[in-house]
Parts: sequence; C-alpha cells; structure tokens
Amino acid sequence: MSAVATQVSHQEKNYLNDENTIKSWLLTKDHKRIAVMYLVAISIFFLAGSIAAGMIRLELVSPRGAFLTNDAYNRTFTAHGVIMIFLFLLVGIPAVFGNFLVPLMIGAKDLAFPRLNLVSLYLFFTGAAFALLALIFGGVDTGWTFYTPYSSMYSNSQVALVLVGAFILGFSSIATGVNFIVTIHKMRAPGMTWFRLPLYIWSHYATSIIIILGTPVVAITLLLVVLERVFHLGVFSPELGGDPVLFQHLFWFYSHPAVYIMILPAMGVVSEVIACFSRNSIFGYKFVAMSSMAIALLGFFVWGHHMFISSQSMYQGLVFSLITFLIAVPSAVKVFNWSLTMYKGSVWLASPMIFALGFMGLFVIGGLTGVYLGSIGTDVHLTGTYFIVAHFHYVMVGGTVMGFLAALHFWWPKMFGKMYNESMAKVSAVLVFIGFNVTFFPQFIVGYLGMPRRYHYYYLNPDFQIWNIASSFGSTVLALGFLLPVIYLTKSLKSGAPAGPNPWGATGLEWEVESPPTKHNFHEIPVVTGLVYDYNSEADEAAWEEEEREMEHVTRGGQH
Amino acid sequence: MAHVAKKIPLGEPGAVFEQYEDIHQQNDSYVVGMWAFLVTEVMFFGALFLMYSIYRWKYQPYFWEVHHELDWRLGALNTTILLASSFSMALAVHFAQRTQKTKQLMCLGTTVLCAFGFLVVKGIEWSAKWEHHHIPGPNFHWTEATVPPNVAQLFFSLYFAMTGLHGVHVVVGIIVISVLAILVAKDNVMVKGDYIPTELIGLYWHFVDLVWIFLFPLFYLIPR
Ligand SMILES: [Cu+2]
Repeated sequence: MSAVATQVSHQEKNYLNDENTIKSWLLTKDHKRIAVMYLVAISIFFLAGSIAAGMIRLELVSPRGAFLTNDAYNRTFTAHGVIMIFLFLLVGIPAVFGNFLVPLMIGAKDLAFPRLNLVSLYLFFTGAAFALLALIFGGVDTGWTFYTPYSSMYSNSQVALVLVGAFILGFSSIATGVNFIVTIHKMRAPGMTWFRLPLYIWSHYATSIIIILGTPVVAITLLLVVLERVFHLGVFSPELGGDPVLFQHLFWFYSHPAVYIMILPAMGVVSEVIACFSRNSIFGYKFVAMSSMAIALLGFFVWGHHMFISSQSMYQGLVFSLITFLIAVPSAVKVFNWSLTMYKGSVWLASPMIFALGFMGLFVIGGLTGVYLGSIGTDVHLTGTYFIVAHFHYVMVGGTVMGFLAALHFWWPKMFGKMYNESMAKVSAVLVFIGFNVTFFPQFIVGYLGMPRRYHYYYLNPDFQIWNIASSFGSTVLALGFLLPVIYLTKSLKSGAPAGPNPWGATGLEWEVESPPTKHNFHEIPVVTGLVYDYNSEADEAAWEEEEREMEHVTRGGQH
Repeated sequence: MAHVAKKIPLGEPGAVFEQYEDIHQQNDSYVVGMWAFLVTEVMFFGALFLMYSIYRWKYQPYFWEVHHELDWRLGALNTTILLASSFSMALAVHFAQRTQKTKQLMCLGTTVLCAFGFLVVKGIEWSAKWEHHHIPGPNFHWTEATVPPNVAQLFFSLYFAMTGLHGVHVVVGIIVISVLAILVAKDNVMVKGDYIPTELIGLYWHFVDLVWIFLFPLFYLIPR
C-alpha cells in the first residue's frame, strides 16, 4: 500500500538519523529514542547480572564452594537478584518495547507526556547509579528481598544505598505507568476502540495499573527500612517496637504483583507474535484481554503465599492459597487461547515464533510448579529450597526473558529497519530453550531433594553435586544462546538487508509506517475501522503475498 | 522553559503540545494523569496508614499515653490553617474559570501563605520534640514508666514518618503553586485562558489537606 511508496521518499529521515547530535539523543522527547536508550542500558545491566549468575554457577560446581567466601557468595547472589529484577526484568519490556510501541500501536504521535518519559529515563539512570555504587562500595548481602530486621539493623553492607536506588527506580516505574495509562486512555486514534486495541496494549494497561497501585507501597516500605537503618526511625525492628513480618507483608504486596509487571508485557508480546506467525486472528480476543485485567486484580490478593512459614495464621494461609490457585485460571486462559490460535492457523516457525513457543513451554512449567508452591503443605517442604529458585526462573527467565527476546526479534526490523541473520536467530532460540532447561530443571530435582537456596556449601549431601554440575553446564549453553543475538543483531545494524515496513506480513498500525518510523510516527493520524488481528481477510492475503515476493531474503518454513 | 516555544497557540484558550490533536485531548490527558498520580499518592500514604492502624491496634493504651506529648491545640490550629488554604485554593479555581486574574493570584497567594504558616507551626512542634529528646534514634529519651520506651519510640517514629512525608508534600505544594502563580502573572501561554492547570494543582492541594485531616485525629486526638 501507500506506506511502501512513502518509505522510499522518506528513507533518508527517520527517528534514528533525524538529528544526530549527542544532545539530541540525551534530551530527546521521542518515545522511540528513549526506548532505544533503555535498550542499550538494560542490555548492559543484563550482562552484569549474567556475570554474577555465572559466578554463582561456577561456585556451586564444588560441594565446598569453588572460589567464593560465604560473605562474597551472599553479595554475589544479591547482586544477581537486584540487577536482574530491578534493572532488567521490571523495566525490560515496558520501557523498551512499551515505550516504542504503545504510541505506534494506538496511532499516536507520542506518549501523552513525552517530558515525563524523559524524566523517567533519567530517574532510571539515577536509581541504577545508586544500585551500582552500592555494588562498587562492597555490595549488599541481604538477598534482593531485603528482609528486616537483618537489612535494617544488622547487615554490614551497602543496604541503604541500594534501597535508595530501588526507591528512585520505583518512581521511574510509576512515571512510565502513569504515562501509559493516560496514553492508552486518551491518545488512541479515531476508531481505535478499547476492544480493537492490540492485546499487547491491554497487557501494558494491566501492567500500568499494577505499577501505580503497587509500586508506591514498596517505595514507602523501602524508604522506611532506610530510615530505620540510618536514623533508627524504627517501624520494623522488634527492638524498636516494630514488627518484622509487617515488612514482609508490605514487600510482597508489591513484589508478588511485580511478577505480573514482568510477565504480563511478555504475555502481550506472545499474543502478538503467535497471532502473526499463525496467520490467524487471536482466538478469544476478549478473554485474552480480560485475563490480563483479571491477573492484575487477583495478583494483589495472593501475597501471603510467600509467608506460609512466616507466622501467618493458618486461616490467612488458606485464603491466600485459594486465591493463588484462582490466579492460575486467567494465565491458563491465555495459554489455551494461544494454542487454539495456532491450531486454527498455519504456523510459520520464524525466530520470534520459536522464542514465543519457548515462552509457552517454559511458562507452563513455571506456572504449574507455582501451583505446587501455592499449596500450603507442599510449600512448607519446598519453600527456601532450589525448587523455588527453579520455579521463579522458569517464570522470569523462561517467561519474561523469552518474551523479551521474542519481542526483540519481532520488532527489531521495525526499530532499526534491518533484517538480522534468521538462521543464527533460530540457533539462538533453540540454544536458549535447551540451555535454560538443562540449567533449571535439575534445580527442581535438587530442591525437591532438599538443597536450600542461598547456600554455597552442600558437602554434607554429595549427591547434590551431579545436579549442580548439570545446572552449571546448562548455564554455559544458555549464556551462548544469549550472546549470539548480541552478535548478529549488532551486525545487522551495519550489513542487514533493509526490512521494509512489514517484513512479517503482520497486522497492526506499527507495521503500516516505515521501518524505522519517522520522528512523528504517522504522516497523518490513521483511522481504525476494524479489529487488529485481521489476518484472515482477502485484502491482507493479497498484500502479504506481494510483500512475500519482495522479501526473498526471509526464508520461510510453514505455509499458509 | 524552552518547551513553551514549541507550543502552538491555536487561538483557543491555552496552547497545545505537538503530541496532542487539540486542547481537549490535552486537557483530558492532564486530568487522567493527575488522577492516576493521586492514586499512587493514596497508595503511598495508604501503606503508612496501614502500619499506623496495626500498631495502634496492638499498643492502643500506650499510644493513648504517649499522644499527650503532642499539643492538640497546635494541631487544631494547623487543621484550621490548611482548611483555609483549601478554601482559597477552591476560590482560585473559581476565579481561574472566570479568567479573573487578579483575584486568582490573590487566592493562590493566600494558599501559599497558609502553607507557610502550617510549616511554621509544624516547626515549633518539631523543635519542642527535639528539646525533649523525643526524636527517634540513639538519643531518644523516655522517662514515663507506664509506657515501654520502644513503644514510645515507635509512636514517634510513625509520627515523624507520616507528618514528615506530609510536610514534604506541603513544600512541594508551595513550589508548584508559586510556579503556577508566576506563570499566571506573566500570562504564560500554558495557563492563559485555561483553568485546567489551576484545577489540577488544586486537586493535589486538596489531597494534601485531606491527608492532614486524617493525620490530625490519628495522632492528636487518640481516645482512651
Ligand atoms: Cu508470589
């Protein structure tokens, strides 16, 4: 259509090369440039967190610990957790792909508050700087959960610095959440009704609601820990009359929903990718959309499942356990709907699709083991073991990171206008999937057998070693799988074939503009007349076939 | 304020940033944004009120004893001051809607003055706590044998955390309202002929007052 023609005439000017001074990048209010800066930053943080993970895996090869002291080990796993959660997972998909895609997908020129978006980026950098300073000045040994009173009274490490960092990061997150909510409410193009929104937008809407309801609570909680630590303004320490379990309640009131801040955007990505590469409109659109909202709502009433053994009353435990089971329902709705979308469609196994399928497989395992942990009896046995570690890595790495990679491969051509090496991408997807399972499946077993988390000695039970070696071996495969995209994606920036506006034949407004888009996204504000997942219409078939002829460099598997 | 230059005056009241289609979309966005922000504020203070409720429930008799250390007269004075400031803020919005600039500015000025008055009274109260060694920390000193010192300290921890955070919000309010008043006085294109900025800052200010309306009875008027 006309987008192809405009692409030729506007090839010279897009959001990347529109103005190319350093100042124009650092002070940009363009949501797309801010997304790119987030992408660079979080990739570096992911590398840092991975190095800490590598140290943990290396240490655990030997039953007596390979090279770290007790204290150094504590600081290493805390660094891994803090960096990965606060600096990668919580911001990863929202700040990069949310920023880039929300205005494009709803037909807006930018987010509602572009300057607030820039403020949010700099808050993120400031918070990250505090967290990294804490690491440089010796690190933190509390674990990423900062349980009181250890964190507030006794820990001899940089807790205050890292908590101030987390507090600031919270405000960065809140700013993004408010911005998305307003944008989705008020910036939609004419005709883009709520039930025509892409599912990716629905999941960001749900995520933003969680952010504005949950993040302030954890922010004030962490601030009080800092005050208790620095000024003895005590509300959590028993010595000062406080209640340490109250900290756990408030912390998990945010930190359980935070899991959905990480996973819902990934689910949105998977909905888009599955629909596109199955050449089918998503099965049960409204159910998938509403399941995001259900997850956001129910997610606030399950936090007690982290505290079955923390002096919580039995009846409280029962209620939390029940609601935890309930939340499996909307998650399952999504998985079933994706499966049915593929069942009725014609599946094309391009690299984003392989990542999305990987997401489905791993997330199902992560989710189901979550049900084990939600049952009080099993949880009493399994809590604090490697079973937990395996469970949340299946959700966060198997879910969020796989979703992130699917998004990266799906929208990379849109963001940078270049195709990457598809075969390398497929290799990477398979390596990540296999490496991940080899790393974390043994942890279910060794956890079930009783190996506690956060310990680096297990010489009293040498049987654990074989599982730990398997896990450490898997992590090297996984690392390779993560390293490959860095190489071929960077390479594609230089020598990749031009992507054209719509290399995947996808529907959605973002595919109707040039790749990379121009500064203001649309030459004129589009008018939306139908559902987003219009994969079955005649016109689209024809357009896609034409596209296909132009794209010899994309090798295709399945057929439609 | 370099961004102001980028606003395109449309002949309509106010001016529109480039990401918006028209002034209505812009103002609607501001309104939704402000309410979303206020939701985060409710959750922010909500966590503190929850903590307060739990400890009050646990230590009610002790809290009753300790709360005599606070002077309810000063608290009532501050409540009156803030209510007056909210009233003048509401009037400011009223005059902004009728584009009566001078009256609007006078009301905004009154609000800021009240806010300063509130902070002065708070300062008097806090310095008295300092003299009596009632600031939580290593120097905290408590002599009444009827109340365990750590519970007394907990009461004052909550008191300083909550009124302190509220005080920070008052300071932010002073800054924001002053900036608004300056923009109005200079006929800045962002606020000229457009009452929405005044209304939204008014919303924030009423929220800050509302928090105090809860704080006052919870700390100063604890029943036996
Ligand atoms: Cu949880």
